[in-house]
Amino acid sequence: MISTDTDILATAESWAKAGRGVALATVIETWGSAPRPVGSHLVIDEEGNFLGSVSGGCVEGAVVEEAADVIADGQARTLEFGVADETAWKVGLSCGGRIRVYVEKVH
Amino acid sequence: MDLSLLSALNVERAARRAAVLVTDIGSGAQRLVGEADLATDPLAGLLDKQLRTGKSGTVETEGTRYFLTVQVPPPRVVVTGAVHISQAMAPMAKLLDLDVAIIDPRTAFATPERFPDVTLLPEWPDEAIKQLGLDSYTAFVALTHDPKIDDPGLEAALRSDCFYIGALGSRKTHGRRIERLTAAGFDEATLARIHAPIGLDIGAVSPSEIALAILGEIVMTLRGPRRALS
Repeated sequence: MISTDTDILATAESWAKAGRGVALATVIETWGSAPRPVGSHLVIDEEGNFLGSVSGGCVEGAVVEEAADVIADGQARTLEFGVADETAWKVGLSCGGRIRVYVEKVH
Repeated sequence: MDLSLLSALNVERAARRAAVLVTDIGSGAQRLVGEADLATDPLAGLLDKQLRTGKSGTVETEGTRYFLTVQVPPPRVVVTGAVHISQAMAPMAKLLDLDVAIIDPRTAFATPERFPDVTLLPEWPDEAIKQLGLDSYTAFVALTHDPKIDDPGLEAALRSDCFYIGALGSRKTHGRRIERLTAAGFDEATLARIHAPIGLDIGAVSPSEIALAILGEIVMTLRGPRRALS
């Protein structure tokens, strides 16, 4: 089943109520041809399970990694992703857009 | 985010009420503002403006940046007719994140076996629509071909703020429908809200294709076309 933004917030709630460490990532700003609109969510648990998307799959891995730290220390973070820089081996958006993602712990 | 805040947000969503989650991006402080508290909130003006767009966004005021998670009720499709087209439409609408409610007083049609995982109201539209309520986040679709069932639904939809109203039937059928609704007191401008023949003109033949054409038209009405139609 394809997850919708409705499912994602409900999932975040049920995961947290089940006692799992949970982080919620939200696209808070976009520039250019960003793949997912502002307000899109990704929910991540402490084991790296996730549902939803903040991009077309380009930066989810990096957000999931960062979410582990957010779950561990409880500090919200804002992440920014731009065009992929292959020489620097950094994740990025091949579509040429830029996005800012807010990652917070649900507790 | 506080779990109780997330739960409250999900409750508002399930109850089809608009709400804004305000996050101070710098400090992480958050609060949930429902429709009832909107006017008294310190950011009332900004929240109201953002809510009207129906979209989440970042705002800045007096040196503080806030992210506003705007939650408007999920768009919903209310259908009269537990028919073959609505059987195809139900799972397709679900994939599109559209809630679906199907009304049909004919209990042989409105069975859970034919419509798993769908809000099914085996009642007359008058009664069913009273329960559902039609709002500006609702699309109404009449699919029975039976004026006894479709007309009361259409009349309720025309009196509401539904963002989309569609009715199945040929131009001839629709002509007779317009005559009946005119006799019932609806003026021309109001009746022009009904999309008929229903659906985008993709040459749909099968029930699934017709469902696709209808849902395509609903999405286009909801989002607006990106390119000018020729």
